[in-house]
Amino acid sequence: MFLSALQLLTLEDTLFGDISDKIYSSFIKEDRYVRLVEGLSVTARLTLYALLIGIVLGLLSGVLRIRRVPILTSIANTYVTIIRGTPTTIQLTIIYFVILADVGLPLVWVASIAFGINSGAYVSEIIRGGIMGVDKGQMEAARSLGLSYSGAMRYVIIPQSVKNILPALGNELITLLKETSIAGYISLVDLTLAAKSISAITYEYFTPLLVVAYIYLIITMMMSKGLALYERRLRTSD
Amino acid sequence: MIEVMGLHKYFGELEVLKGIDADIEQGEVVCVIGPSGSGKSTFLRCLNLLETPTKGTITIGGLTITENQKQIDKFRQKMGMVFQQFNLFPNMTVLRNLTLAPTKVLGRTFAEAEEKALALLERVGLKEKANEYPSRLSGGQKQRVAIARALAMDPEIMLFDEPTSALDPEMVGEVLDVMKELAKEGMTMVVVTHEMGFAREVGNRILYMDEGIIYEQGTPQEIFGNPQGERTRIFLSKVL
Repeated sequence: MFLSALQLLTLEDTLFGDISDKIYSSFIKEDRYVRLVEGLSVTARLTLYALLIGIVLGLLSGVLRIRRVPILTSIANTYVTIIRGTPTTIQLTIIYFVILADVGLPLVWVASIAFGINSGAYVSEIIRGGIMGVDKGQMEAARSLGLSYSGAMRYVIIPQSVKNILPALGNELITLLKETSIAGYISLVDLTLAAKSISAITYEYFTPLLVVAYIYLIITMMMSKGLALYERRLRTSD
Repeated sequence: MIEVMGLHKYFGELEVLKGIDADIEQGEVVCVIGPSGSGKSTFLRCLNLLETPTKGTITIGGLTITENQKQIDKFRQKMGMVFQQFNLFPNMTVLRNLTLAPTKVLGRTFAEAEEKALALLERVGLKEKANEYPSRLSGGQKQRVAIARALAMDPEIMLFDEPTSALDPEMVGEVLDVMKELAKEGMTMVVVTHEMGFAREVGNRILYMDEGIIYEQGTPQEIFGNPQGERTRIFLSKVL
C-alpha cells in the first residue's frame, strides 16, 4: 500500500505536478512560443498557396477528364493516377531533392508546389464529380438553345456544379492543412517541426506536441463549423 | 425545310434507327407516334444533332448539317427544343432562363431580351412568374416556360420531345393549348407525343414509327381513320 501510493505520487508528479514548469520551459523561456507562431504562419501560408495551386491544377485536369482532348486528357489521367497512387511524403521529397533541387526556390515555395500538385489530383476528382453531378439535360437544353460547349459550361453547368464542389473543397482544405505537417521532411519549419525544435532543446516531447495538436484541432474545427454553416445556407436556397 | 435521308443510329451494337427518310415542309406540324423504344425520340434528337447520326444525311434549309457539324450552334439557334423533363436552369429565375441565350448567343441587349421574354411569358400566361425560380413552378408551368425559352431565340422550327409525358394529367391541357396556338401561327413543328388527341387535331401529318423505321405515314384521317399496316392497327387499338 505504502509503495503504490508513493508510485502514484511520483506518476502524478511527472504528469501534472510540474506542468507549469513544462509550459514555462517549452513556451515562455527564451520566448520559445515565437517558434510556434512562426511555424503556424508557415503552415497557414503553405496551406493557402497549396490550395490555390491545387485548385488551378484540379480545374484544368478535372475539365480535361470530362471534355476529352487528345494527349492532354491522357496527361491529366496519368497525373491523377500517379499522385493518388503514391505517398505524399515520397512526392514531397522527390520534388525537393530531385525535381526542384537546383532551382533555388524558397523552401515554402517548394513545399507549396509539392502539396499543390498533390492536392490538385484530389481537387480534380472533386471538380469532375461536381460537374458530372449536374443533370445531363442541362447541357442538352443549353446546347439546344445554340450555346457553344464552353458557353454552356460557363453559364449553365459550372454555376450549378459549384453547389456540389464547394463543400468537398472545404473538406480538401482540412485534409490539406493536416497533410502539411509532413513538411518537416524537407526541413521546412512548419507548426509541427517548430514543436519538435522546442522538444530538441527541452528533451520534453509531450507538451509542445499536445499544444500543436490542439492548434490543428481548433483550426480544423473552425473550418468544419464554417463549412456546415455554408452547407446549411445552400440547402435553404434550394 | 427538313430533309432526312437514310438515317441510321447505333448505340453500340444496338441499331435504334434503321434507315429513316422524311421530308418536313415549312409550316407543317408533324406528329411522331409509336410504341416505346421505336426510336421516335432518337429520331427527333438527331434533327438537332443532340445525337450524332451513325449514317445518313439531314438537310435543313438547304444546308446539310450532318456534314457541317462545326456550324451546329448556328443551326440550333434556329431550332427550338422542348424536353420531356423541361430542363429549365434551376439556378436562374424564369426571366433569366429566357434571356440567357438571346443575350449570350444573339448578342441582344438585356433590355431587348427582357422585353421579348416578358411578351413571351404573357403569351404562355406566366408573366407574373418572371422573377420566380423554376422550383416554385408546377410541371405545366415549367413546360410553358420551357416553350417560351425556346421561342425567345426566334426559331424557325420547334422540336417537342414528349412534352407532356412527365406532367400530371390535369396539366397536360395547358401545355397542349400553348402548342396549338403555336401551330396556328404557322410554326414548323415536329412533335413526338403520346397524346393521340393532339396529334389528330393539330398534326398535318402523322409518322408512325416502329422498330427503328417509319412504318406508316399519312394525314391524321388516314392514320387514325384507316390505318393500312397491321402494326399500326395494333398500336392504335391499344392507345385509343
